[in-house]
Amino acid sequence: MADSTNSNGGVAVVDEQVADERDAAVGASSSGRDFRPTLGAAQIDQQEDTIEDVAVQIDDVGLWYGAKKAIEGVSLDVQRHEITALIGPSGCGKSTLLRCINRMNELIPGVRIEGQIRVDGDPLYGSDVDPVEVRRAVGMVFQKPNPFPKSIYENVAFGARINGYKGNMDELVERSLRQAALWDEVKDQLKESGLALSGGQQQRLCIARAIAVQPEVILMDEPCSALDPIATQRIEDLMQELAADYTIVIVTHNMQQAARVSNRTAFMLAEEDLVGRLVEYGRTDQLFTSPNDSRTEDYITGRFG
Amino acid sequence: MTAEAPAATTRDLFEVNLARRHMIGVIFQGVALLGTLVGIIVLAVLLIEVWRDGIHFLELDFLNRFPSRFAEQAGFKSAFWGSLWVIGFTALLAFPIGVGAAVYLEEYAPKNAVTRLLQTNISNLAGVPSIVYGILGLQLFVRGTIGIGPSLEDLGLRDLDRSVLAGSATLALLILPVVIVASQEALKAVPPSIREASYGVGATRWQTVRSHVLPQAFPGIMTGTILALSRAIGETAPLIMIGALSFVAFTPGNPLDDFTVMPIQIFGWAVRPQLDFQDLAATGIIVLLIVLLSMNAIAVYLRHRFGGPASR
Amino acid sequence: MATGTPAIDGSGASARFKRSRSRHLFEQLIGLSLFACAAVTVVTTVGIVAILLAEGLTFFTEISPLEFFTGTRWTPLFQSAGFGVLPLVNGTLIVALGASLVALPVGTLAAIYLSEYASPQIRSIIKPVLEVLAGIPTIVFGYFALTFITPFLKDTIFPEIGVFNALSGMIVVGIMTIPMVSSISDDSMRAVPQELREAAYGVGATKFEVVTRVTFPAALSGIVASYILAISRAIGETMAVTLAVGATPRMGFDILDSFQTMTAYIVNVSLGDTPQGTTEFRTIFAVALTLFAMTLLMNLISARVVQRYRERYE
Repeated sequence: MADSTNSNGGVAVVDEQVADERDAAVGASSSGRDFRPTLGAAQIDQQEDTIEDVAVQIDDVGLWYGAKKAIEGVSLDVQRHEITALIGPSGCGKSTLLRCINRMNELIPGVRIEGQIRVDGDPLYGSDVDPVEVRRAVGMVFQKPNPFPKSIYENVAFGARINGYKGNMDELVERSLRQAALWDEVKDQLKESGLALSGGQQQRLCIARAIAVQPEVILMDEPCSALDPIATQRIEDLMQELAADYTIVIVTHNMQQAARVSNRTAFMLAEEDLVGRLVEYGRTDQLFTSPNDSRTEDYITGRFG
Repeated sequence: MTAEAPAATTRDLFEVNLARRHMIGVIFQGVALLGTLVGIIVLAVLLIEVWRDGIHFLELDFLNRFPSRFAEQAGFKSAFWGSLWVIGFTALLAFPIGVGAAVYLEEYAPKNAVTRLLQTNISNLAGVPSIVYGILGLQLFVRGTIGIGPSLEDLGLRDLDRSVLAGSATLALLILPVVIVASQEALKAVPPSIREASYGVGATRWQTVRSHVLPQAFPGIMTGTILALSRAIGETAPLIMIGALSFVAFTPGNPLDDFTVMPIQIFGWAVRPQLDFQDLAATGIIVLLIVLLSMNAIAVYLRHRFGGPASR
Repeated sequence: MATGTPAIDGSGASARFKRSRSRHLFEQLIGLSLFACAAVTVVTTVGIVAILLAEGLTFFTEISPLEFFTGTRWTPLFQSAGFGVLPLVNGTLIVALGASLVALPVGTLAAIYLSEYASPQIRSIIKPVLEVLAGIPTIVFGYFALTFITPFLKDTIFPEIGVFNALSGMIVVGIMTIPMVSSISDDSMRAVPQELREAAYGVGATKFEVVTRVTFPAALSGIVASYILAISRAIGETMAVTLAVGATPRMGFDILDSFQTMTAYIVNVSLGDTPQGTTEFRTIFAVALTLFAMTLLMNLISARVVQRYRERYE
């Protein structure tokens, strides 16, 4: 527990400073420590927590906004065709980390990033890497549905058009909308504005737009935070289906959602120095039932954050 | 869901061609930068040209001589002082009326159709060509009638003829929409909590406005008013309309005197075919621009010093 | 008490909370005088419309509107007077069109650069410079056209260009209106939510593609509004065209030659010695009425366009 990193060995790198702080935290709330062994103990050993096919490899990533450090020393491997959830209290850097995976943070002036991220072994950072290529391979769905003020058809076709798609555009649009479980609802109104759809439909349209450029990884930044429970349910079902074809990384502030949809969960936390670090990473069922770290447990049992 | 694994089959159909797309982007950024520089370069050329044309007549005595048939004896005295007189009275008229109107619209006016009409009317007035204000000034102040209803004479007043006051009143109406809108912005920027605090200790509406809201908004109002006045000081057409003269050999002694102003004197010189007079026009422009840029500098200073409406 | 303070029963307020009559009267007086200040703007509009209509309608009893609006000869001050306003409208529109060809593309490019490419430091330098450009009096631009642009064109490209010509007027009026286009378009592009740009980047768009295919179209109504305002400003512009374009009312399109705009005609009449109260003098009201109607129409259209774009984003 307090003395170990994750059980699959070195996936979650925890530096000494963190370990020290964690010891202190654990010492302060010893009740958490006594509490843990009773939690889902039966399941722990049955779970095989290994990553066989790494799609995204995050290696010691840190990020500064100007002089302010936002995240530090984050390392984790994402399994292909799985859903990986990033959870943690607000300000822990989970969205920042997510946006490192398609180099979206660089749109903000004054951002500096260290470390390396690889997709299929190919590095995303380096002087000869084009962030535009990276973003084509690593698509993104945002917190607030953000369709372009264009027709539904053009929303989906946009990325394919600019990226020189040579195939049949109508087919691509239909297939993407089908994959996003939106086709049946909009097939008769493809020429109408994407803004005319409901919030949940807009978000599925954004998913279709992301799929249309055939990414390998799809990042989702709290994709349901602006939606009602029914629309949320649909998106969650959709994510499960999409995981067959894509690797999905989702940021969520909603722990139930992480527990419902994800295969693996990473818990991030920013402590007194306000720098976000990875605390624990593992299979979702294991992390939620028998976390290794007392801070993880405090968070998932609602003791803070 | 269809299990045809589309990702694998269609990924090859993209001809991404990023090198070309990036090149287009770089070219476009260059063109956009060029477009940005056009205005700046022309401004620089204009200032340099005016300076080169006008420098040899530029001496302190230029402001101490009246116009003359001979370029080397001609001066800017009547125009310079005429402009100051006109702008002074324009400020005296436009400032209280403009601020009063803004206070009414922001602090007093009910949210109804009349108020909306007032507001729409003000923004439309801002788009009326200045020469139309000249026609208004000509009829209303110089001739004393707008064609319908009683004339100023019928009301027991005298018309203002081609006086400083007629010019100031015309320019005041011209810049009023600008002063009102700028003052409204400044009043809007005053947090409501200040008003509530004042009402909370039993102040009346006017006491609240006078003692708390207006002082807070004052720098912003001043900035907007000065910028509006610096527009007025460069106005030519409306003053030509009301009959300001271009050859005046005296400075105004009271607001009902005849007058000329700097832009009209510049115009008078610029249309003369002799090169010397065109250079005199440039000298006049230098003086006008110095006055104008000083006013802008004061406005910018006020904006920074007191943090009025944020500079966008 | 004169005002309708609700008296809950007939007895009125107790002495303690009783409204002070003098204070109340004073407050009402203040409110009334503030309203009077605001009403000055209404009087202004009514005055403009009344003057233009009164004098304009008198003019149209002397000259038929048909001749005025369809005639192609404008020589009201000549022995053989012609009262067809079309030559003036022609001159005005030629200059406004030419100015738009300068101001709209250049202003748009400047707006795109400022809102999408420029760093905050560069922005903080360029914006004030453009504000200074916007603040230069039009008479100065007129002088610049007359003494620099026309001679420059004569020496370089068009040796046959006249001392007064439409081309130099187009150029200076265009340059004058660049800041208007750039600042309004800049504002409306900056109002486009960052999420839209991110969405485009997220599917692998380059900056150029984001700007031209997402930001620009999304801000289009604000940009179009700035175009209409700029054209309206060019139509109403007076001193620069008086100095640069000259005083030759004519039809035709030879921009190397002198024309006369509506505004320049009004200035020329008031500079001359045409006696007031004559049909000749009343021409300026008919011309001004036409000018006022044109600019008012454009300003109303632009306000409508801006309204639409506000509704879309707020």
